[in-house]
Amino acid sequence: MKHPLRRADTWQGYLFIMPWLLGFAVLTAGPMLFSLFASFTDYDMTSRMNFVGISNYLTMFTKDDLFWVSLYNTFFFVIWSVPLTTIGAMILALLLNKGIPGQRLFRTIFYLPAVLSGVGVYLLWMQMLSPSSGLINTMLGFIGIDGPAWLADPEWTKPALILMKMWSVGGSMLFYLASLQSVPKTLYEVGALEGANWWHRFRYITFPLITPVVFFDLITSTIGAFQIFSEAYVMSEGGNGGPVNSLLFYNLRIWNQAFEVYNMGYAMSMTWFLFVIVLLLTLFNFKFAKKWVYYEGDRR
Amino acid sequence: MKSLRGSNLIVFLLLCIGSVLILLPLWWMISTSLKPMAEILQFPPTFFPDDWQFSNYIKTWQAAPFTLYLVNTLFITLLVVIGNVLVNAFVAYGFAKIQFPGRNVWFIILLATMMIPGFVTLVPQYILFSRLGWLNTYLPLIVPAFFGSAFFIFLLRQFYLRIPNELIEAARMDGASHFYIWWHIMLPLSKPILATVAIFSFNGAWNDFLGPLLYLNDETKYTLQLGLQVFKSEANTQWNLLMAGSLIVLLPVIILFFIFQKYFIEGMDLSSGGKG
Repeated sequence: MKHPLRRADTWQGYLFIMPWLLGFAVLTAGPMLFSLFASFTDYDMTSRMNFVGISNYLTMFTKDDLFWVSLYNTFFFVIWSVPLTTIGAMILALLLNKGIPGQRLFRTIFYLPAVLSGVGVYLLWMQMLSPSSGLINTMLGFIGIDGPAWLADPEWTKPALILMKMWSVGGSMLFYLASLQSVPKTLYEVGALEGANWWHRFRYITFPLITPVVFFDLITSTIGAFQIFSEAYVMSEGGNGGPVNSLLFYNLRIWNQAFEVYNMGYAMSMTWFLFVIVLLLTLFNFKFAKKWVYYEGDRR
Repeated sequence: MKSLRGSNLIVFLLLCIGSVLILLPLWWMISTSLKPMAEILQFPPTFFPDDWQFSNYIKTWQAAPFTLYLVNTLFITLLVVIGNVLVNAFVAYGFAKIQFPGRNVWFIILLATMMIPGFVTLVPQYILFSRLGWLNTYLPLIVPAFFGSAFFIFLLRQFYLRIPNELIEAARMDGASHFYIWWHIMLPLSKPILATVAIFSFNGAWNDFLGPLLYLNDETKYTLQLGLQVFKSEANTQWNLLMAGSLIVLLPVIILFFIFQKYFIEGMDLSSGGKG
């Protein structure tokens, strides 16, 4: 008799994954195929759908200034927020991993903001960023700095959102901490014998061993940052894009096209362009990963 | 007891400063919510309210139908949590403990779906739900939770892989069906990870702003997140009431965090592949 777990239970296996398979077909794959098709039409939910070729994509690249504005804003946010949160999370984890008394309490405190989100948090930050009565400019005032108008100044709206993102850096910190705790202590003892200083220890022992987590964090936080929406929607008064459209992120532009003016065909061509950007970046990351991500057991 | 000397003392002090910076916004929210408006606008601002106005909370709760929003939110959240816990545990068992052709391919596809930006499926899903006549109902917010979520399936599968196969093999030898094993052996063994999934999905549903914003039009159907957004335009710049409202909405999550912290952290450990 064959071993029960090694015998294929085809129909039972499919029965178990059926809910997800159905969901994948009806809520992911089906809608995506429809949207790929509809991105070449003038679909607006009410009138007949006409095939318009690549004109949505042409409009996007050549006629729609706000498309470029939203793309710029989104890249600005990604390019600043991803490295800052990654490095911030890593530094916090390294500090926490030093065996400091109260480590668990610190971990709890740093993690707390990461579980808070939604309108309550955005309102809190709007009050803190308020130019006259907000906490941030008050504190800057104590050290003699005249704080900017934050959400009212187009130069400072995106930095304000990045600052808010930094507050919840504790989520990825936990990933790094878990990974740091699995670095064998003996490696550091060897390092100490060789006379390695803290930078050498980080560069040649710690960092190579946590690269899989850095890689994972970079991919997920990049994908996440491209999708910034709710913060910008609430903090720019109902999605109007904030002063001089400085908070008009890519998803906000999609939202306004899809659900404000029902320009569905166009909105879906925008979503597909975003998908291609994210896909290329992710593939590039995976390709490039071979050069710097270290996996135990594959020494080539 | 660990000692505090030299560089460790500096690290300790840095962490203390960091903690203060992290907690300050939360204290500021509490403090602002208790002040009268005049005190909020005075310069320099007070760190502790001079005049503690607990009535701000009552005023806030009565200024908008928050009780109704709370009931709506609880209803949606409860169903989403039930769906997520049951369905994802079921699917994860299939991926972790049953051998069948195509399993690995489907699992890779499942992982790949996590990289699809949400708006790519959101727009066509909206069209689908509107065709089904589901706009302005809770169905688009609840039904998808019963079709599995890639992240939770991944998390549960990681946990199931640690449970020894011999256990299932023995039960199979005795003639137990996979369904029986899942229900009577796996679920009881996976209580901690189910708690993690329940808490994460509670958090997700409670904090969800985008879904309700898109699908609900009728104010009587609003959730707390939407209600708070509406209240923001009504209360204008009455920061004490706005902060009271924000705190009310955030409080359940904060309380859950402190009670079930262990499960929050467990989930993060598993998904990072740490320990194992």
